[in-house]
Amino acid sequence: MTLLAPEIAQAALNRALARGGDWAELYAEERTGFGVSLDDRRVERPQSGREVGASIRLVKGDATYFGHVDGLAEPDLLALADSVAQALRQEALGAVAPPAVNPGPAYEVAERPEDVPAGRKVELLRICDETARAAGGEVAQVSASYAEGRRVVAIFHSGGFAAGDDRTRVRLGVQVVARRDDRVETGHETRGGHAGFERVSDRPEAIAEAAARKALTALDAVDAPAGRMPVVVGNGFGGVLLHEAIGHGLEADAVQKQASVYAGRIGDKLAEEFVTAYDDGRLPGEWGSDAVDDEGTPTQKTTIIEGGKLTSYLYDSLRAHKGKALSTGNGRRESFRHLPLPRMTNTYFAPGDATPQDLIAGTGRGLYAVSFGGGQVEPATGDFVFGVSEGYLIENGKVTAPVRGATLIGNGPEALAAVDGIADDLEIATGFCGKGGQRVPAGVGQPHVRIEALTVGGTG
Amino acid sequence: MTLEQAAAAALDAAQAAGATDAEAWAEERQGLEVRVYKEAVESLTDAGGRGVGLRVFVDGRSGYAYGTDLSETGLRALAESAHAGAAAADTDEHGGLPDAFGATSVDGLHSNAMEDWTTERKIELATAVDKAARAREGVTQVEQTVYADARGRVAIANSRGFESGYEVTSAWAYSSAFAGAGADLMTGLGVGLARDPGGLDADAIGAEAADRALALVGARQPESRRCPVVLDAFVAASFAGFIGGMLSADAVQRGRSLFAGKLGEEIAASELRLADDPTDPGGLASAPFDGEGSPTRRNALIQDGRLATYLYDARTARKDGCETTANASRSSYRSPPSVGTSNLVIDAGDAALEELVREAGDGLFVTDVAGLHSGVNPVSGTFSVGASGRLIEGGELGRPVREITIASDLVSMLKAVRRVASEARWVPFGGSVKAAPLLLEQMSVGGS
Repeated sequence: MTLLAPEIAQAALNRALARGGDWAELYAEERTGFGVSLDDRRVERPQSGREVGASIRLVKGDATYFGHVDGLAEPDLLALADSVAQALRQEALGAVAPPAVNPGPAYEVAERPEDVPAGRKVELLRICDETARAAGGEVAQVSASYAEGRRVVAIFHSGGFAAGDDRTRVRLGVQVVARRDDRVETGHETRGGHAGFERVSDRPEAIAEAAARKALTALDAVDAPAGRMPVVVGNGFGGVLLHEAIGHGLEADAVQKQASVYAGRIGDKLAEEFVTAYDDGRLPGEWGSDAVDDEGTPTQKTTIIEGGKLTSYLYDSLRAHKGKALSTGNGRRESFRHLPLPRMTNTYFAPGDATPQDLIAGTGRGLYAVSFGGGQVEPATGDFVFGVSEGYLIENGKVTAPVRGATLIGNGPEALAAVDGIADDLEIATGFCGKGGQRVPAGVGQPHVRIEALTVGGTG
Repeated sequence: MTLEQAAAAALDAAQAAGATDAEAWAEERQGLEVRVYKEAVESLTDAGGRGVGLRVFVDGRSGYAYGTDLSETGLRALAESAHAGAAAADTDEHGGLPDAFGATSVDGLHSNAMEDWTTERKIELATAVDKAARAREGVTQVEQTVYADARGRVAIANSRGFESGYEVTSAWAYSSAFAGAGADLMTGLGVGLARDPGGLDADAIGAEAADRALALVGARQPESRRCPVVLDAFVAASFAGFIGGMLSADAVQRGRSLFAGKLGEEIAASELRLADDPTDPGGLASAPFDGEGSPTRRNALIQDGRLATYLYDARTARKDGCETTANASRSSYRSPPSVGTSNLVIDAGDAALEELVREAGDGLFVTDVAGLHSGVNPVSGTFSVGASGRLIEGGELGRPVREITIASDLVSMLKAVRRVASEARWVPFGGSVKAAPLLLEQMSVGGS
């Protein structure tokens, strides 16, 4: 861990605690990134960035005092420590234990993205462009974007421990616009992970083909039906429904403020017996995985629903202390400029026994929601709204016409209770999760899942 | 090193690295944030930082790099990264710096009164907001109250010899209150924006959070209907922000806007006037120049029901053979300029909200929409969003309703505007928007 010498961190933590406090933490980070995109056949917007900085958090009871600074120069860190300490007006505390250094086991990266020449990254974009354009004469426009990022972090805690992590993420996305007369439809697809360049360089054509297929299919879409009906939700990105409508309500900050519909419901049966769900920050190579969270706690696989019963909330260390629980390794932050919050890592329904075909065949008339354009949820009530970006009618147990403009409107606990089938095809997709003004990568996933009844707000 | 010197040094480094043209954008920011829960400080953040973004043009190709290391070696590495990026890009015949530069005089971006506020007084202000929200009978919880402020400075320097800078202050507060319990729990948000804490009315912000939640307690899904709809200022702002995004010449030129080919055409009712105004000191996005040094100005976007202009930066203006509207926008030094709105302004009408409600007769008053960004097709403009609010019965606000869907398309909606209320205010939804409630004629409202 070469980011910051432990002695400097220790000196800063001592100064931060000079006027009291329960504990203090120094978080140092170097974040670098590069991105480039292609639009209308033109390679544009190459962007790179490098930021280095640190923050100090001082906790006393229920109050947190926080500050951050650019750069890791010792005088700046000590001044930061002094300014954070100023917030407390108490007598001095004893010196803190020297942090023992415990570097986290970083995930393996086969091909470091920063070592790959920009030309090869641009080549990926051109392959996607050509592949998508070759998918059909109705493809009117293609855009593609590549992004890589690396975060080297070091976390020092006044309690005497330290941890580090070296995180590399890559992502390749393609958006296709298809046109037929006055009708214009879009389709997109992304692939990414906590991994090296290999994640996106392996057959990028598949991403472009999927995006093009979605856009072209949508040209034939009919207006979405409206009303209550069974909904089969697709695997992979379909898991955003679980993430938004249930996952956020399990984050301990919302729970402890009674701002979650799941507060006080541990042990309650919320779903059918065959429903199990996890938050797993240790899945190798997945988008939401890290070796340790942003407080230095090793990430873990947390069972949130088992046999239909709610089994755990998701904790960072602050909320764990308050809730007399252990941190589940979910203390995440966007950067050194942010306070950690309980956040999901990779959240997904465990696979079941059925096949996706079984779920569809068992549906007389309903909606097949393959992917969502986004969604919104009110964690306090569990009410959600999701826009279906790729959807089809299900008629007599068969997938028929594509539909457009469908939205799913419902309530988290009600939808969870209505899950009546889970398939065996688990897949995890790359999402970005926003909360409290912070954006972090989060894996969303699931196998195909059937919900007995949901309100579909249609356009027809 | 001053911020101006940092910008100049970054520019020098870019030219030394071989840029034909270059522009450095440096920012410095100091901010305080107080989060209050149950009238006690939950977190206090006091932080600052500075950084620079460098845009280079090399033989018609453009690259961008940003960083926080303002040392000589740091800036040299930055310049080299931007240069290497440009080498990977394709040439762009429309790219390059603007043809003219300047700074419009905009008074009131900066308040000296900010200095008079100690951290203690700011904590008191945040606590007062929290207290005001809790004081309303029926409020079951105030999830969070936040006060935040910022003092920022910007400096720009480019290879055409333009150098300028400005200073801004801002302060804002919001509170999120709950009313009711269980399946009937409702939430409400209260907000306030100003140039210094003195411009924030703690009681009004807290009361707004409480009142918005209380108004929805007991909400049920109504029956589907076609009826006049009144949008409150928050909701009007969200829609305005979405429409503003669609008016970007970049979205239009890339075929991603329903307003493509509609310049000069009738796209709205004449009652609705929409402008982009970076010169109004009340708007927190105001500035003397845009993200690439073009002097800012007020641009009418929708006037007499017609689409008056798209939003342009230098590049998109060159492509359309017109002048930039000074809408090269930057979220921070971390991103290169791209076309965007500054402050959107819906011109206020002369009727009070009450009058709009009376005129609606039997209709729907919408105070919240969900799923706007996933529910609108940007190319066709069709949308279906979730909404909650209150019924309007006999010209008066009636029972609260929820789980409603409103399905329409943006142009039909713009053409359906019948009246704009007089109560215009700045809100942080849909960007920075000065919005007023709107009365729309018959819309289709989905319920049970």
